Amino acid sequence: MQRASVGLASKALVVFIKDLRLELRSKYGLNTIMMFGITTLAIVSFTLGQSGLPTQLLAALYWIIVFFSATAALSHVFVREEEAGTALTLRLTADPLAVYLGKLAFNLVLLSLMVAIVTPLFFILTDAPTEGVYPFLLILTLGVLGLCSATTLVAAIISKAAVKGALFAVLCFPLLIIPLMMLVSATDKVLAGRALADVAAPVQGLVAFIVAMTTASLMLFKFVWHE
Amino acid sequence: MYELKVDRLRKRFGRRTVFTDISFALRTGQAIAFVGPNGSGKSTLVMTILGYHHAAAGNVSFLSDGQPLDESQVRASASLVSPYLSLYDQLTAEENLKFFGTVSGGQVTGRRINDLLELVGLSGRGDDLVGAYSSGMKQRLKYAVALLGEPDFLFLDEPTSNLDDSGKEIVRQVIDDYRRKSIVIIATNEREEQQFAESICRLGE
Repeated sequence: MQRASVGLASKALVVFIKDLRLELRSKYGLNTIMMFGITTLAIVSFTLGQSGLPTQLLAALYWIIVFFSATAALSHVFVREEEAGTALTLRLTADPLAVYLGKLAFNLVLLSLMVAIVTPLFFILTDAPTEGVYPFLLILTLGVLGLCSATTLVAAIISKAAVKGALFAVLCFPLLIIPLMMLVSATDKVLAGRALADVAAPVQGLVAFIVAMTTASLMLFKFVWHE
Repeated sequence: MYELKVDRLRKRFGRRTVFTDISFALRTGQAIAFVGPNGSGKSTLVMTILGYHHAAAGNVSFLSDGQPLDESQVRASASLVSPYLSLYDQLTAEENLKFFGTVSGGQVTGRRINDLLELVGLSGRGDDLVGAYSSGMKQRLKYAVALLGEPDFLFLDEPTSNLDDSGKEIVRQVIDDYRRKSIVIIATNEREEQQFAESICRLGE
């Protein structure tokens, strides 16, 4: 074997492919996130009915569904390593940055897949207005990036704790409350048919959150991973 | 020429001192065995040297031609076989070998994988999921993973645990081979394995 000839991107890619392969064989995270997303969406739509819902309520409901689906499944990427006892092997062999980037990419794919299925159903079941599709997709992309950048680091922090699930939600909530408020505000305006310029402030806030969170994660992950 | 220098290493868990003032120096072609009763800190010492546990005091230096190796270089040149390590049950043996080989910074060829599987007696079982392996087969596969990068520092914690007689013989051949070209650190109470080491570090006395 040629030693030290593989770059960071390739190492991160093999971590991502390994997690994807494990997920496709177990389907734990995929089933959890899809069931949570679709179940809550169905309950919301059957309870509130289809027409005349204010855009503010629709925006809040949409992000509640995405947030709780994310907290239900995204911690699994690290919890699985600790529970299977493979975390130690990974710590001793892999560059921490490659582990973080690979797992961030995996969470991005998992959450993107969930929103790709739940979002069309949300529009169908709630009869939400569809005029501002492109601005909505922009907000959605920023939301997925923001949720994953924060939850991936928190997942690494809680993976060794005894009460992982509860701790994950408790730690994610204060971290994500501000970006969630921005997401709800921006989605409300987009659904109400406002121009993209009207959502400039929350979009800038979300971009700043993603950059800050990703930078902090890249700097802190090594310490979180080795503690 | 690689060197491993351990200087007055001490480890505590809370108020309990696990070991104190452990010092030794090894260079390529040398081996040391840590021996001692259960709970004496053999595995903890191995993990502390590898940096997985924080030491309460003392220093550990991995050197190559007199120059200290950084964290990533240590990761690339040191391997561990231990009962505390696990491989991915839902991946095949070959997938595990490819993954750990690449993620540790190397390029793994199919031929290298076949050679290693043959060495540890798992020829023809490379496509099986590791979850379907017995504990002895998993231990053999850990050796294949550890030897992927031809380590310059080979750490073996209870090297023959879970192995049958033929597995133990393979491990002893591996130790005999690597003690000539690497630095080998063995945590064991088995006399057959201690005899490969020039020096013995007794813990818990």
